[in-house]
Formats: sequence, structure tokens, C-alpha cells
Amino acid sequence: MDETISIVLFSGTDDKLQAAAVLTAGAAALGRPVKIFLQYWGLAAFRADQIMADHGLVPEAGAAGRAAVDAAAKAGQAHWADTLRMAKELGEVDIQACSASMDILKLKQSDLDPMVDGVEGVAAFYINAGEGQIVFI
Amino acid sequence: MGNLDIKLKVDASGLSCPLPILRAAQGIKTVASGELIEVVATDAGSVKDFAAWASSTGNALVEQDSANGKFRFVLRRK
Repeated sequence: MDETISIVLFSGTDDKLQAAAVLTAGAAALGRPVKIFLQYWGLAAFRADQIMADHGLVPEAGAAGRAAVDAAAKAGQAHWADTLRMAKELGEVDIQACSASMDILKLKQSDLDPMVDGVEGVAAFYINAGEGQIVFI
Repeated sequence: MGNLDIKLKVDASGLSCPLPILRAAQGIKTVASGELIEVVATDAGSVKDFAAWASSTGNALVEQDSANGKFRFVLRRK
């Protein structure tokens, strides 16, 4: 069995980014390799100058969801970017930007947070995913 | 309890999933094989998480208990 977990991170709201960070950190703690492929708004959230900005929540969060997320942050819940950095320090976590999304958003790798390891196309993503599971967020 | 030779204590109180197991995974790397670490967490999911983490990584869950909303785990590095 291929233990690698590959996560296609398309969404750019803080709640979905947090969910991706939790799945990544959990897998890293279990010693499972994780590959994250950043597309569209998930990629946009990793711009170095905006990574810690407010990226909003999905519409179904509503006002009550916003309040719950704000309360968790105030209570000391780690930011998703910090959780991902911890996961990278601990385990084998590789973060790649989708080259097509880079073109659409007119980004260079130097525009991205240093935790992004590189830029690749979808064929490389599939090959690296091997027989492991692929999760789309 | 009380007689264990704990090499490292990790306080993961107040941290939500998956940070308690992340901290445990970081901490256990700092001790030698066969040595013990203790982790205290308040996350209710940590009981099942530590059991799963121990069985998956091969580190042994030597002891666990809970009191006053705190969960305590003693783990032996593989």
C-alpha cells in the first residue's frame, strides 16, 4: 500500500486551508508522506505578502461560523500556515504550485511563501501521487 | 504511576487536533529508543488519536489516564 496522501488544495478560504493543514499535520505525525498541489485560490493564499491576511470563510459559515472561528483563533488555535510549517519540520511534506494556476494568477515562485517547494504540472503531480489517495479541498 | 522515568514532558493543553500528536511526534524524536515521554492534552479527540498514533508508529502507549478534563499519555519510543 502506498501511504502517500496527495492533497489538491484548490480553495483559498481560511477554513478550508485550516482543514488541509490539519489533514497534513496528522499524516505527518503518523509518518505518512504528504504532497500538496496548490491550484487557483489555494495557491493565491500562499502569496508571501498575503499568507497571514484574512482569507474569509466559505459562505455556509455565516455569522455564527465566523464568530466560532474567531473565538478559536483567540483561544490560541494555530494559524493554518503555522500548522503547515510544523508539519513540514516534522515529516515529509512537499508543497508544489500548479504551473497553470501560476500563469493565470501571474505569479512567480519568488512571490510565494518559502514553504512552497516548487512548481509542477499536473502530470508530475499524478506521477508523484503514485497509488496513494488523492484528496481534493 | 509515579515510578516511571519520564525523559520529556510535553504540555499540549489547550491545543486542538492535530497539534497534540504533532507535539508528541516532535518530542519523541528527542529521546532515545526505549525512553519515555509524557503528553498532557485537553483535546477530547486525543484519546483515540494517541491510540491510533501509537499503533501506527510503533511507539508504545504505556499508560494513560484522565482527570479534570485533562488527558495524560505516557509513550515509549520504539
